Amino acid sequence: MTDAEATRHGPGRILILVYGIFALAATARAGVQIATQFSDAPIAYVLSAVAAVIYCAATFALAKATRVSRRVATVAIAVELVGVLAIGAFSYAVPDDFPDATVWSHFGQGYGFVPVVLPVLGLLWLGRTS
Amino acid sequence: MFEPLTWALVALSLAAMVFAIVLAARDKRINWTVLGVLGVVEVGLLAQLVIGIVQLVQTSRDVSGPFFVGYLVGSLIVLPLGALWALAEGSRWGAGALAVACLVIPVLELRLHEIWTA
Repeated sequence: MTDAEATRHGPGRILILVYGIFALAATARAGVQIATQFSDAPIAYVLSAVAAVIYCAATFALAKATRVSRRVATVAIAVELVGVLAIGAFSYAVPDDFPDATVWSHFGQGYGFVPVVLPVLGLLWLGRTS
Repeated sequence: MFEPLTWALVALSLAAMVFAIVLAARDKRINWTVLGVLGVVEVGLLAQLVIGIVQLVQTSRDVSGPFFVGYLVGSLIVLPLGALWALAEGSRWGAGALAVACLVIPVLELRLHEIWTA
């Protein structure tokens, strides 16, 4: 086992599974929103799609666990953290711009606040296994 | 929605989750017993999909079809992928990951129930 491979073993197994669940959930949610009601809240739904892409990238990069993919994962998770903090704060400040929820609205309230905890754990885990 | 099936799926997947946590706590890998239970859950989820779609077509109430079917289909993917992911891990963390996958099923079933009764 190379050092980089440690990323996907041990506690990383659970972390990547949770990332996978969010990749699936965010992709499905964005797909349905954009396909059926895009004009209702275009900004929110585009952000849903962006979140979906980031979760998918983080999941695959963490699961691949090579030196290069770990860097991809770090960038994706950093963007995810900025995204959830920015959208979270913004959705409280200007609720009118978010008539419908994204994964990151209200710091991921609709998902048990896991979206705001997940990137922190992700970055900690990448640091731990470097 | 056939409610007894929903609650049976919630109970069975929570039982499987506890089983997986016990395996992880005892430093064991996942075994055929827990996979068998999840196989039963998966058959139940498939039945839920069929029942759900039939009832969705027949109902006159305003149920959000795309979300409802999305949750029904999505629920089928979680356990097989979770089980494969858990099996590929040689340590107790595989069982831990499977426990998390098990927890997703009750969450999805409750959301389905919510969407259906909304």
